Amino acid sequence: MNDTQWPLWEVFVQGNPGIPHKHVGSVHAPDAEIAIQNARDVYTRRSEGISIWVVPSNAISASTPEDQGAFFEPSNDKPYRHPTFYKIPDGVKYL
Amino acid sequence: MTLQQAKFEYLLRLGDSSLIIGHRLSEWCGHGPILEEDIALINIALDFVGNATSILAYAAQVEGKERTEDDLAYMRNERDYRNLLLTEQPNGDYATTIARQFLYDVYTFFLYEELKKSKDDTIAAIATKSHKEITYHLRHTTEWMYRLGDGTEESHQRLQNALNDLWMFTGDLFDMDEVDALLIKEGIAPDLEKIKEAWEKHVKEVIIEATLQMPATTIKQTGSREGRHTEHLGYLIAEMQYIPRSYPNTKW
Repeated sequence: MNDTQWPLWEVFVQGNPGIPHKHVGSVHAPDAEIAIQNARDVYTRRSEGISIWVVPSNAISASTPEDQGAFFEPSNDKPYRHPTFYKIPDGVKYL
Repeated sequence: MTLQQAKFEYLLRLGDSSLIIGHRLSEWCGHGPILEEDIALINIALDFVGNATSILAYAAQVEGKERTEDDLAYMRNERDYRNLLLTEQPNGDYATTIARQFLYDVYTFFLYEELKKSKDDTIAAIATKSHKEITYHLRHTTEWMYRLGDGTEESHQRLQNALNDLWMFTGDLFDMDEVDALLIKEGIAPDLEKIKEAWEKHVKEVIIEATLQMPATTIKQTGSREGRHTEHLGYLIAEMQYIPRSYPNTKW
């Protein structure tokens, strides 16, 4: 079956100045301008944001489920990479 | 005619146009050409109904006969409505809806810009809030004018047909009578001649940019100021008023 939908766009919304744009979902749209308008109507009706980014979904390269073992599991046995692994010495401020 | 009567009449014109075009757009709910566009149109419909609520509430207050905005919206008959003829025209295909909306959005964009400066504080406050919404409405319809006009052969032809068919109702937008004269004198309402100039210039620019032709129709249908409507309004009102008339004073 042919896909008769418009192309898919991923939508990122910035909630407040200075914080990163966060992925909120996707919309269909024929081009970038309409994608921004659709994102506005679908995702920012309740004061969720001050800025919108849209990216064509097919422009995103993603890791695959098969990558999971090699990519992510080696970090599971390296708890020393987390800051919480280390005890904070008494008397240290502003850490 | 007293100033109070003129103001009431003027508020009905503004409020009824918002109510009727809002209702027309709401008819698309669940029928939009694509999910995202369905949501966009209903957002816009809600803006209009919200604007109508504010204006008709103020109209009821100005009238001072203990009617509410709901009484005005749901308990009047066709001939009592003062909405523009353009706003009651049927949705037709999507090009017709976009053309109708575009012609109306350009009108409200310039009209409400002037109403922001109204010497009536309530009108000025409502206009200030609404103008932000209208700015988005116009952006939305303008983008669709370009895409349908400069799109496929079929979308171009459909939009051109829609413009040609709706053009005869655009004269009604700028009709003025003693209500306008009185309110212009008081600094409450703007002179529609000025709005007309801005409207014609802007509409023409977009039509040309969208690779469309200006409609050649010179016949103009007017009558909304006296409540003389096209045959479409009666059906719309029958549907819109059915619930409140069948179950008066029902509360949600």
